[in-house]
Amino acid sequence: MNLVRGFVTTFKHVLEGPVTIQYPEQERPLRERFKGRHALKRYDNGLEKCIGCALCAAACPADAIWVEAAENTDEERYSPGERYAKTYEINMLRCIFCGYCEDACPTEAIVLEHEYRLSFSDRRDAIYVKAMLLDPLPPGVEGTPRRTEPGQFTRSIPVMENPK
Amino acid sequence: MIHSILTSLILFSVLIVGFAYTTVLERRFLAFLQARVGPNRTGPYGLLQPVADGVKLIFKEDITPARAEKIVFWAAPVIKTVPALIVLAVVPFGPKIAVPWFDGKWYRLSQGLIDVNVGVLWLLGITSIGIYGVVLAGWSSNNKYAMLGGLRSSAQMVSYELSMGLAMVVPVMLAGSMSVGDIIDAQNDAPILGWFVFQNPMAAAIMAIALLAEVNRAPFDMPEAEQELTAGYHSEYSGMKFAMFYLAEYIGMIAVSTVGAAMYFGGYHFAYVDQAPLLGPVVFGLKVVALLVVMIWVRGTLPRIRYDRLMAFGWKVMLPFALVAVAWSAVAVVLDEEVGGPAKLIMAVIAWGLFLAGASFWLGRVGRKSEPASAARVEVVSLSGGSGRMLGVPSALARAVSGRGGSAESEQPRSGGKRPG
Repeated sequence: MNLVRGFVTTFKHVLEGPVTIQYPEQERPLRERFKGRHALKRYDNGLEKCIGCALCAAACPADAIWVEAAENTDEERYSPGERYAKTYEINMLRCIFCGYCEDACPTEAIVLEHEYRLSFSDRRDAIYVKAMLLDPLPPGVEGTPRRTEPGQFTRSIPVMENPK
Repeated sequence: MIHSILTSLILFSVLIVGFAYTTVLERRFLAFLQARVGPNRTGPYGLLQPVADGVKLIFKEDITPARAEKIVFWAAPVIKTVPALIVLAVVPFGPKIAVPWFDGKWYRLSQGLIDVNVGVLWLLGITSIGIYGVVLAGWSSNNKYAMLGGLRSSAQMVSYELSMGLAMVVPVMLAGSMSVGDIIDAQNDAPILGWFVFQNPMAAAIMAIALLAEVNRAPFDMPEAEQELTAGYHSEYSGMKFAMFYLAEYIGMIAVSTVGAAMYFGGYHFAYVDQAPLLGPVVFGLKVVALLVVMIWVRGTLPRIRYDRLMAFGWKVMLPFALVAVAWSAVAVVLDEEVGGPAKLIMAVIAWGLFLAGASFWLGRVGRKSEPASAARVEVVSLSGGSGRMLGVPSALARAVSGRGGSAESEQPRSGGKRPG
């Protein structure tokens, strides 16, 4: 009888246990391409990948990114190209974590990583500045800004390989 | 006199604490039925959740709508809650116990507030007073949907009271007395088989369904369903007044479970209660919890019944079957008196046989799948433009715009009345 079968069905859920994940003691495993907090990547030699082209700001559908570019000089070099991002800010309250900035970036500088525990108690703290977004230095590598030999970085945009 | 004061205090506190933990039981058990976990953060296993709820409701702003009838608005929760609290005054929770007192004598006291001769009448009457609270709450809110909810709820409660009253007549006939204590004691003939549910299962089923409808509990909770009437008669209440409605609903649940257990499931009688009378309330409590679990299980399983079908069910199905059950029990009692011997047993066996046969027949008919022909017709219509259907647009334009539906639509026969124009 369908009525009895209905009751048995709901009772079976009691015996099979809940499917709830008890956060924060347990966390859901994230997929590889999960879009969390942004990070500005560096090359292995320590220079920043971001060349301040602001294509990410142009691509952002929520107008969350603010980029101000400045020219690299050999005394003060941040990136291997002609320009670097002097100011780079993302408004996390506007960001919709769509990943368009990651798709638009020509140097694979801005990527969305797996950090999703972003909380702030003041609206002004939602503006993440470059210092908060920049990747930490790998150990033993000189940081930016740095002095470089003149003539070493002459291209306006660095050599870019096909994305892997 | 000391006994009545003490017992009423104990009863009141047990009801309030019971209400608090019934909410936790419901939320957790309903959650497990739905493969999730209920509240488990407030205290171990969510046991402090009622405290959190109480604090929240106390701090909530107490809003009275503009142009609401202030006096009635204030009084309606009281009119609903007080009957819910006092309805259990006539139910004894255990057999009489001998208690020593300071004047050197032993007194024989009942473990209930008082066991009136007409306890069943009290139960029926007091539940009827609670219905006033519902309709007055809906009317005084100055909100047409709350008014509708109040009317629906009170009409439902009144309709199912008829069947409930008839289902209460059956234990009265079988026990020969209207006192609840006598009804419970009359079920003591045999350890478990003496319960009245085994003598008249039809009446027990009608009692169960009518009690669910009395407390507006699923599947009869249309008047307070959020999707239907945005919480119905108590939608304009907030804060402590809403807490009173919440309290009245859950205490009503406890009260009807107690009444059901007393009338049909043997009350406080179980294996060893005669030897240890203090076990009576424990056994009674366990039965009430079992019935509450069944109520929550029903809520988690069955869909809500639409209001007109609910009323039709109450008047056209429950009432005739309740009359039949009363007639059956009347015949059983008379046969038992006149013929004696195994008449009662035979009537009980026949009653159960008819009940099970009828239930399996009727439940087997419910929910039969529709015929294949209609399913195929639905298939055809969905192929021919389920994605591009536009209502109110001339058919040629719609066909042109929906693109791929062109050839399919011209070929397939259209079932009547599906597209305008």
